[in-house]
Amino acid sequence: MKKFLNVVEDFLGESLAGFAAAHGDLVVLHTDPLFIRRRNLRPGKVALISGGGSGHEPLHTGFIGHGMLDAACPGQVFTSPTPDQMVAAAEAVDTGGGVLFVVKNYSGDVMNFEMAAEISGRKNAAVLVNDDVAVDDSSFTTGRRGVAGTVIVEKVIGSLAESGGDLEACKIFGDRVTKRTASMGVALTSCTVPQAGRPTLNLGEDELEMGVGIHGEAGRRRSRMMPADSIAAELLDAILVNLKPRKGSDVLLLVNGLGGTPLAELYVLCNAAHHRLSGNGLQVQRTLVGNFTTSLEMAGASLTVCLLDEEILRHWDSPVNTPALRWRI
Amino acid sequence: MNGKLIVDCCDSAYAALIRHTDEIAELDQQIGDGDHIYNLIRGLEALRAMRAQIEAAELGQALQLAAAKVLSTVGGSSGPLLASLLMGMSRTAPRECTAADVAKMYAAGVEAMQHRGKTGKGSKTMMDVLIPVAERFHELVDRESGVDEILCELPKEAERGMLSTREMLALKGRASFLGERSQGHIDPGARSSQVIITALCAQLAESRERGRCHEEIS
Repeated sequence: MKKFLNVVEDFLGESLAGFAAAHGDLVVLHTDPLFIRRRNLRPGKVALISGGGSGHEPLHTGFIGHGMLDAACPGQVFTSPTPDQMVAAAEAVDTGGGVLFVVKNYSGDVMNFEMAAEISGRKNAAVLVNDDVAVDDSSFTTGRRGVAGTVIVEKVIGSLAESGGDLEACKIFGDRVTKRTASMGVALTSCTVPQAGRPTLNLGEDELEMGVGIHGEAGRRRSRMMPADSIAAELLDAILVNLKPRKGSDVLLLVNGLGGTPLAELYVLCNAAHHRLSGNGLQVQRTLVGNFTTSLEMAGASLTVCLLDEEILRHWDSPVNTPALRWRI
Repeated sequence: MNGKLIVDCCDSAYAALIRHTDEIAELDQQIGDGDHIYNLIRGLEALRAMRAQIEAAELGQALQLAAAKVLSTVGGSSGPLLASLLMGMSRTAPRECTAADVAKMYAAGVEAMQHRGKTGKGSKTMMDVLIPVAERFHELVDRESGVDEILCELPKEAERGMLSTREMLALKGRASFLGERSQGHIDPGARSSQVIITALCAQLAESRERGRCHEEIS
């Protein structure tokens, strides 16, 4: 394992301290319990709090700021944060509008946020993001995972909250956008959790893992390496089977790098995805390409499609000013 | 029974998990993401760091202190689940500990945990060890088995439960995303639970043995 670190136990703390030093104009770092909050809060606005295991940067800390999150609670690498962090974050950023937790659908995250919601005396609600179509959605199981679609959900409900939407409206909107958003990812190499020191996935030199999760969890199938066009086609077909868009629908495409793939390759996938989507009669109205929900140093990517309507598009386009997403400010 | 006992339990659980770290990490990498054992160890280290505080407390309060610490240090699924177990136990902690009292306390903890995780047996989780052990514990108490027999029987039940997860299809937690590919692997949470139960029973048996020797000498 070769990583920039000093002592493995200090990895998370030092990474967050660096993040806070770089973005001190936008965020404030709190330690014990650990959370990061927006520097300037808007009184009365619904407070958006997310969180999850670290290792997916810029998710979630990179999306704190005007138009997105008010606070984020980072856990250890790939490990859910704890309720005391979420309760303290809620205390710090709830300015009277109540708290909306944005939670990716993993058992650990769900249970920790649930306990935080029970412990916190504040008015709160939660949006559960489960956009990963690689795994089955069944009421008997944990259900689908929450992956890169979370960025879209956080962006648009952040915008609604900013424009005065109340807690209930933000929750309803978040659930609606989640239903219209689907993702699937592919890994070309594994990631290595610093503490474990060895790769999570055992992927051969010429193999890929189709449907990989953002922690290097196995996906749908193991396959020989394929051309980018075929990879994009398989990911999008799985997504579109799930979303069942009408011909001519407007969509938002997110081409997300998993950490170790250069932008040039992501644009190759983006090109393939555009052709595939327009071949399916869809209008790609907006495209975002980059590393937004990563899996440490994993080479790979995920594609996310969100079915747009006028309201979602308006909130996607609205101004945002965060360390990792910034436009129209 | 008092806070000292909880501290001793933490020490023996910690020592046992350290011995099995690599093995459990590997099980977890096969069907999860590899963080489970490190989360448990981090929690136990935090508990051991507050040993004086726990030691000084009554059993119920000691369990409550431990639950709060576990909740704020472990994270993942194990954090809320184990914290619920300890909280459930703290609510039913008896003054005097007969085997029946301990069985009841443990069952209350397992029930609280089940409520939190919304999972029973058969989902390929730690519940496949913890629930059968609770059932067996009750059975042994009902049959008025002696403490030595109970301490000898519970680890066997834990092992059966742990092994039973091998052929199960994971329905909860991160392994559930694997579907059929989760079959053929022992669940890391079931394995860590079994390791802890075995260590705790061995430690209690040993301290009883020491007590007996002590009695004989004095």
